[in-house]
Amino acid sequence: MDYLALYITLKLALVSTLILMVLAAPVAYMLAFSKIPGKSFIEAFIYLPTALPPTVIGFYLIILMGPKGPVGKAWGSLSGDALLFTFSGIVVASVIYSIPYAVQPMKAAFQKLDRRLLENAYVLGLSKNAAFFRVILPNSKSGILASAVLVFLHSMGAFGVLMMVGGSIPGETKVASIAIYEAVESMDYNKAALISLSFIPISYAFLLLVNKLNKDGADGH
Amino acid sequence: MAIDISIKKKLRFFDVDVSFSCPDSRMLVMIGPSGGGKTRIIRMMAGLDKPDEGKITFRDCTWFDSGKGINLPVQQRRLGYVFQDYTLFPHLNLYENAAFAAVDKKEVDELFELFNISHLKKRKPHMVSGGERQRCAICQAMARRPAALLLDEPFSALDVITRRGLREELKNLKGKFSFPMIYVTHDINEALFMADEILPVVDGKADAGWMNSTMNRDPKVRAVREQRLALAY
Repeated sequence: MDYLALYITLKLALVSTLILMVLAAPVAYMLAFSKIPGKSFIEAFIYLPTALPPTVIGFYLIILMGPKGPVGKAWGSLSGDALLFTFSGIVVASVIYSIPYAVQPMKAAFQKLDRRLLENAYVLGLSKNAAFFRVILPNSKSGILASAVLVFLHSMGAFGVLMMVGGSIPGETKVASIAIYEAVESMDYNKAALISLSFIPISYAFLLLVNKLNKDGADGH
Repeated sequence: MAIDISIKKKLRFFDVDVSFSCPDSRMLVMIGPSGGGKTRIIRMMAGLDKPDEGKITFRDCTWFDSGKGINLPVQQRRLGYVFQDYTLFPHLNLYENAAFAAVDKKEVDELFELFNISHLKKRKPHMVSGGERQRCAICQAMARRPAALLLDEPFSALDVITRRGLREELKNLKGKFSFPMIYVTHDINEALFMADEILPVVDGKADAGWMNSTMNRDPKVRAVREQRLALAY
């Protein structure tokens, strides 16, 4: 049983989720509330990863994140390290790959909010920032949660993008989905079966958690 | 006067073009048919909508002046605004709602006493009646120590008995308030009952004749119509 690969998978999913929650909130807010021209073009661009084959995303990420690419260069001068074939590299890849799944449910939750609540907050003296933290976020809990779980599960299942950007370095970039693939390649079906099986309780437990939290949210607790 | 307003705004079906004033401690009731621009006027006073041209001043402070390009943001007008339907924050209990923008939290307790909802402090808005929610909404607006109080059909979503009760309470309390109050309604009885001054608004313009024509209808028509109104409201 490849515990190390499972550990990397969970670590990657957790880190990507945390980063995406912070990144996606302002983007979702902009898409839900701002009236800037060309918003639909920006929105379509953000959702592009859902429509592209993971290998296509992976290819462009290799170009951007390689030692000669702009992102790879910037990262190199900041950290003195490479980005491709490292854990940081697959975090970047996983974040890009999952952005739509973070933004979409959050945007929907923000849009569902009664605009009059916001107007009341403004009348009561709250700035737009304060209203975001004191009114929008607490009333969008279930949407934010849905977004977090979707991102978590989606990053757990990533394969093609990570394979291209991270390769398969044990303890660094070899995630469980890649470990399964390699086990099958080397005809080690027992190993593949065990890792595959371990996904089921994890995913199932998460879905149970979402149901419970959604229910609590609906009851107004 | 405390508040002086003279504004114009082009809307789809008519233009708003009104001028009025309201002194301290007085209640001006804006009345007129639904869809006649009353809410729009009050939203422009609050800074939620922008007039095309005109001037709004509060004492010696200019809130809006199209000539000078002044448009004070809604946050800085320090108004109490009670909306037509419930805009309490669903994630907070009644006490937290009223204390949301309170200047002094102690006043919230006093206001809850005054409006008889002290026993409901811990309840969330969906766990109390419509009348109790609107009482809390008034407390929320008052706890801000507002420069002026705007009430946009605050009781129109309530049943007749609750509405009458709240109307009376507010009428009795308003003598204690030192700021100007603007009250919007489409109900003539309510207007006559609450008002220190009445401003009829039809299609965005002041229309003094509207009150007379509505009140001096042929008695037979009126009897039938108001009977129905009494049932409906």
